[in-house]
Amino acid sequence: MSRLIATRRLVSKIFIPRLATRAFCTDAPEKLNDVPSGSHFNKEPEGDEHFMNDVPQHDIAIVGGGMVGMALACSLASMPLTKHLSIAIIDSNPALSNGPVIKKDDPPDPRVSTVTPSTISLFKDIGAWEHVEQHRHAYFDKMQVWDYTGFGYTKYNARDADKDVLGCVVENKVLHKSLLSCLQNKDFNSTIYPTRLSSLSLPTRSVSSAGASVSSTSSKNLANLAKLDLSDGTNLYAKLVVGADGSKSRVRELAGIKTTGWNYSQSAVICTVEHPTENFCAWQRFLPAGPIALLPIGDNFSNIVWTMSPKDASNHKIMNEVDFVKAVNHALDSGYGPRPESRVFGGDVLSSFFRPDVTSSVHERFEPPPKVVRLVSDRMAFPLSLMHANQYASKRVVLIGDAAHTVHPLAGQGVNMGYGDVSSLSNVIADGVAVGSDIGEVTLLKKYEAERKTANIAMMAVLDGFQKAYSVDFGPINILRAAAFNGANVFAPLKRNIISYASGERRLPFLS
Amino acid sequence: MSHRMFLRSLYRLQNLSRSSSNINPKHAVFAAFQPLLHNRPYANTPQPAASASSVNQTELAKFAAIADSWWDVEGPFKPLHIMNPTRLAFLRSTLCRHFGKDPFSARPFEGLKVVDVGCGGGILSEPLARMGASVIGIDAEEKNIKIARLHADLDPVASSIEYRCTTAENLVEEQMKFDAVIASEVIEHVADPAEFCKSLSALTMSNGATVISTINRSMRAYATAIVAAEYILHWLPKGTHQWSSFLTPEELVLILQRASISVEEMAGFAYDPLTGQWSLSDDIGVNFIAFGVKISQ
Ligand SMILES: Cc1cc2nc3c(=O)[nH]c(=O)nc-3n(C[C@H](O)[C@H](O)[C@H](O)COP(=O)(O)OP(=O)(O)OC[C@H]3O[C@@H](n4cnc5c(N)ncnc54)[C@H](O)[C@@H]3O)c2cc1C
Ligand SMILES: C[S@@+](CC[C@H](N)C(=O)[O-])C[C@H]1O[C@@H](n2cnc3c(N)ncnc32)[C@H](O)[C@@H]1O
Repeated sequence: MSRLIATRRLVSKIFIPRLATRAFCTDAPEKLNDVPSGSHFNKEPEGDEHFMNDVPQHDIAIVGGGMVGMALACSLASMPLTKHLSIAIIDSNPALSNGPVIKKDDPPDPRVSTVTPSTISLFKDIGAWEHVEQHRHAYFDKMQVWDYTGFGYTKYNARDADKDVLGCVVENKVLHKSLLSCLQNKDFNSTIYPTRLSSLSLPTRSVSSAGASVSSTSSKNLANLAKLDLSDGTNLYAKLVVGADGSKSRVRELAGIKTTGWNYSQSAVICTVEHPTENFCAWQRFLPAGPIALLPIGDNFSNIVWTMSPKDASNHKIMNEVDFVKAVNHALDSGYGPRPESRVFGGDVLSSFFRPDVTSSVHERFEPPPKVVRLVSDRMAFPLSLMHANQYASKRVVLIGDAAHTVHPLAGQGVNMGYGDVSSLSNVIADGVAVGSDIGEVTLLKKYEAERKTANIAMMAVLDGFQKAYSVDFGPINILRAAAFNGANVFAPLKRNIISYASGERRLPFLS
Repeated sequence: MSHRMFLRSLYRLQNLSRSSSNINPKHAVFAAFQPLLHNRPYANTPQPAASASSVNQTELAKFAAIADSWWDVEGPFKPLHIMNPTRLAFLRSTLCRHFGKDPFSARPFEGLKVVDVGCGGGILSEPLARMGASVIGIDAEEKNIKIARLHADLDPVASSIEYRCTTAENLVEEQMKFDAVIASEVIEHVADPAEFCKSLSALTMSNGATVISTINRSMRAYATAIVAAEYILHWLPKGTHQWSSFLTPEELVLILQRASISVEEMAGFAYDPLTGQWSLSDDIGVNFIAFGVKISQ
């Protein structure tokens, strides 16, 4: 059996809707060539979008071509069992159709992500990491965490976890652009619709009630698909709708999926700063109102994520740059309390207990963080919150990324959780294709939900606990907190675990 | 008789079906979850004397009564739905190897003519069509065929399936031949399993494949299937299951052998009640699937 599909041109297309009036210009039945260029007709639906009464049909419609939605498209494009699927990506973000070229000497964007080794291997598998490496990015192999009271500090080293790096900091626009380039280079049938989802109709009818239906076969099989109404007035059909449309997901809302979440009375200020020399360490210092982090992003730049009260956040956003740089240095090093020069508390006592497990980094001295000399980006402030969807899957609908879970950026885990969803969902879809399942079938999608919900909830619980532990200044309790740091520092196996969880490679102990 | 011909590919298969990591054959309690599917009532129904039909009317009546619920994944056919990926993973692996098809293809069965004997509502026929096979689904019960047709028309690929209300022996009379003949969870409902196997063999091309899955008449199958369904759960009146109508793997291999089908691989299905998933295992104690090749004559 030879399929037309085998000869199709595999290109990513941009779908420009035809003028609505066109349909009225002809009273003849729709002609086959009366469709957007680049598409083909054949009798076999899988593998190509086709048009039923003028309405395009796809296997999967990804709503939201952000960092997570684009990664799903790339992942499906790179797996042998899914690369034949026809994908629609719906997003009005102009970066998708004619995104600006990213120049290496552009000042770094304040929106960055700390990607974990698991995310890096996903990017390598789908062929996007080589694109990231052509742009600015910063691997780091050290992490120093300390407390303003001067009592304790912890240094994590990649070699404690037998790794080369702990992670890599990449600007979001670089991740996004790399995925887009990767998709364009692939032999893959995807169409970008530069518009937004406005509403969604999902099939409800069961087969037994289809009884004496006189409708034609073609309209019957449409009734079994999801129908998407787009804000430019066009429609499309899909077997599976993926909500990758961020924390205010329209797909989630239209599918009637509820969420659980809460806000913290805290905000984070984010910006990019410059220092005199290159930085290869992630720094985090705990202050009375929350932590400040300095993450290397390549060259002499680092990214600041600084948690404080909403009122302080708005002040820090508008104060003049010189004062802001002063405040940053104060928060990172010179202010609040002394540097933890010696490990007077805890460390030595504990290390005598755990000496067999002591690793080299235990004896590494506290290092002061780089001195910030200049602010090089806008400052952004946003409130901290956690949100989790009660379900990730229902018939013909599945949620990934921030649409399913939104976390505060303190631990830089937001997008990594989304990439975990991408690997899981693409494997579940491939498994479904392997055994001839309908890819929108809820029993199949629930496998994805089962796999990811546990992992994501565990991560959120950790982040919530982390947040609670450090959001208030408990005074003397800081001493205990400092002791805990030192304890972690000397107890190498425990530390290795902490690093593994943070880098997404290990399940949390209470789940295994 | 070598009935423990366990596949080299089992582990690959298990990865494919994804439910493998926690196989516990002791959890194989399949029949307890499908009281309606494997019971032959009371005594053997007398067959119409003249005809060599495989049809057992009492059995068919049971399927007709619940035909509306074939596609309700939470309904009486739930066990077939949740077992589907597992048996399809077995079919994918054995048929790809036998016919030299690419196991990484999304439509590996492209070019294969397959008949699904006793297709019911088409739970197995539809995925086979999506995997590229050209499928004929047959069932002796008209109601099943109607439901199968309606449901397949909801999906353009599945709508290529040809459904017919007929029996295997009728297709033999029409001299039809297939690359692969599949009868999944059917043989325990037919009038004469040995004759039924002869018909399946006659429909299989020389060197083609015959695949049969069914429930095992072992002590453990007895304990789990019958005791659980009838005596513990009280789903069915006591005595509903005619234990002797199940075959053992040895018996199946033997009757297939007599019908010129040489069984080359066999696997068990294990059900894990904790995950609600089936997986392939080397335990053929309760449910098993056999892949055979038609000996060329
Ligand atoms: C200021 C800030 C800083 C952050 N810092 C970090 C960090 O350091 N590390 C980290 O890991 N995470 C961080 N995060 C979180 C991280 O950005 C998110 O986890 C990540 O962007 C999620 O990606 P996504 O693709 O799921 O959603 P988004 O990036 O929100 O993308 C959603 C896409 O959907 C599109 N869309 C929305 N509605 C519709 C519709 N109706 N129709 C069509 N398209 C639609 C949008 O145009 C957008 O392109 C930060 C978040 C913020 C806000
Ligand atoms: C348990 S169901 C299995 C359905 C399908 N093979 C599946 O596994 O999804 C058994 C089916 O066999 C059919 N059947 C029973 N005896 C038959 C016969 N002699 N010839 C054809 N079909 C028969 C019944 O009507 C019923 O649909």
